[in-house]
Amino acid sequence: MSDTFQGKGTSRRAFLRGGVAAAAGAVAAGTASANSPDPLITEVQDWASGLGAGVDEVPYGLPIEFESDVIRRNVEWLTADTISSINFTPIHALDGTITPQGCAFERHHSGAIELKKEDYRLMINGLVDTPLVFTYEDLERFPRENHVYFCECAANTGMEWAGAQLNGAQFTHGMIHNMEYSGVTLRTLLNEAGLGAAGDLEDKWVYVEGADASSNGRSIPMEKALDDVLVAFKANGEALRKEHGYPVRLVVPGWEGNMWVKWLRRVEVMDGPVESREETSKYTDTLADGTSRKWTWVMDAKSVITSPSPQMPIKHGHGPLVITGMAWSGHGKIARVDVSKDGGITWETARLGADGANKALTRFYLDTEWNGEDWLLQARAMDETGYVQPTKAQLREVRGENSIYHNNCIQTWHVKPNGEAENVEVS
Amino acid sequence: GAGANYGLGRAALPEEIAAWNVDVRPDGSGLPEGSGDVFTGEQVFVEKCAACHGDFAEGIDNWPKLAGGDGTLADEDPLKTVGSYWPYLSTVWDYVHRSMPFGAAQTLTADETYAITAYILYSNYIVEDDFTLSHENFLEVEMPNADGFIVDDRAETEYSIWRTEPCMENCKDSVEITMRATVLDVTPEEEGTEEASMDAPAE
Repeated sequence: MSDTFQGKGTSRRAFLRGGVAAAAGAVAAGTASANSPDPLITEVQDWASGLGAGVDEVPYGLPIEFESDVIRRNVEWLTADTISSINFTPIHALDGTITPQGCAFERHHSGAIELKKEDYRLMINGLVDTPLVFTYEDLERFPRENHVYFCECAANTGMEWAGAQLNGAQFTHGMIHNMEYSGVTLRTLLNEAGLGAAGDLEDKWVYVEGADASSNGRSIPMEKALDDVLVAFKANGEALRKEHGYPVRLVVPGWEGNMWVKWLRRVEVMDGPVESREETSKYTDTLADGTSRKWTWVMDAKSVITSPSPQMPIKHGHGPLVITGMAWSGHGKIARVDVSKDGGITWETARLGADGANKALTRFYLDTEWNGEDWLLQARAMDETGYVQPTKAQLREVRGENSIYHNNCIQTWHVKPNGEAENVEVS
Repeated sequence: GAGANYGLGRAALPEEIAAWNVDVRPDGSGLPEGSGDVFTGEQVFVEKCAACHGDFAEGIDNWPKLAGGDGTLADEDPLKTVGSYWPYLSTVWDYVHRSMPFGAAQTLTADETYAITAYILYSNYIVEDDFTLSHENFLEVEMPNADGFIVDDRAETEYSIWRTEPCMENCKDSVEITMRATVLDVTPEEEGTEEASMDAPAE
């Protein structure tokens, strides 16, 4: 069985050099008729005769070995070390909207720490009636909510500002995951401490920080804190993974991933922002004239075609092809996704896998035909506010090329006659 | 109200709040008493910081540069440092005290943090070499890029333009490829695209 699985010995380049055209032709012909009976059908296979694994073999399972390429990857040259660094979700290989936690991207500033529930403490202090300390057990006794939200790093697609750099959707758009969270609203915890002492809430802020060495402190206006921010302890049904903030993280729907403070240890009610390192030196967006935007919290509407894409060349030959990808918006629901095959001259509206969900990933499909044409594939998301995902040229016109963060431009893949796809920029 | 809707949690003790509530704000609130001069800061910096950030805070290899870059923010390749970019000195003190040195955070005393901050200011030519920074003169230091930030204005500069019904046909005359990722060739090979690609089909 394992001899049908090609590991890293088979490179995409070798595959493209070798037999794309031949394989495509053969498969295309093969779908119409078979010259000889298929032994996978005519001969009894081991799995149809012998026994599989017992139920006691894998108490907690991992994906089957044939899916071993669906993994997080890092790009060494992006950061000085791997501790304060980033890796990427294999979005090219996923479908639907829920990201498996085991391959959902990580971004740490002082590494993924190990914090037991027994050692966990959450403090609420500052302008509250009674500063409080909660244990993990306390948190589980508050009324709970469930919501699916995307967490997108502010720097997702950031390496692409100056041009087409990384060749794969995983690398250009993979600083994102989408999970179903269970937790307590931050509003509930703030009310437990009492906001009477804060007075007028309109000009108040909360400062949130993690238990790790970096602390990742960020300031959040009270209006957002009381709206939909969650103090989450479960994701996709189970406890948070260590690298995603176990046992408790903040979920800040629609807002840049940096504010989703992991290993959350303290929430301080304040009469102004702290202007911490992560909201001055970092997560500020420098414009062409040298001034910089601060507090660019919301992640705007965005989309990317995940297949075909550089890591997902077309290998099945001509004929029916499923173009698929994902779209999301920090402003609300995705209303529509359009797809272009000619670099934006003409567009057709894709089909949504399910209705757009609030501040969560939406899957889209365009069921189409490909017969070896050169395509310049693009997707363009629209959200319920009517915002239309811009081109990179439109973004650069307003911002220049040095804002690092918040690159939600339309991505182009050049699909070539051999089925290969490449990250390109177009006029 | 007085809170306590569910009666969960317990009152935080003053010692506990003091241990964790160490953030320092632009107006200086949160700063503990203390001081440190440039000379002392240089000694501490060389011992605890220079291995990554360089003897002169200029940065080694890919580690962050803390000094330099004056006047480069509008350049093609801006150098953003404490001197050229950071708007508030409070952030320097707060971040160094809370999260540095990398790998041994929260080991600096208040006086050491004042001294290191003074040395970083000196490395950026913001103060003279005989300068002493303290909780009392902290707000007198002028940060060069203090006025360099605006609050998110996307609603006016972007949303108002891009919330329109988009073009569906004949949206432009022609399209040309202007850049290719494979020309740069910086995608990881071993752990990157090659390996990430789907496997070759069976023959």
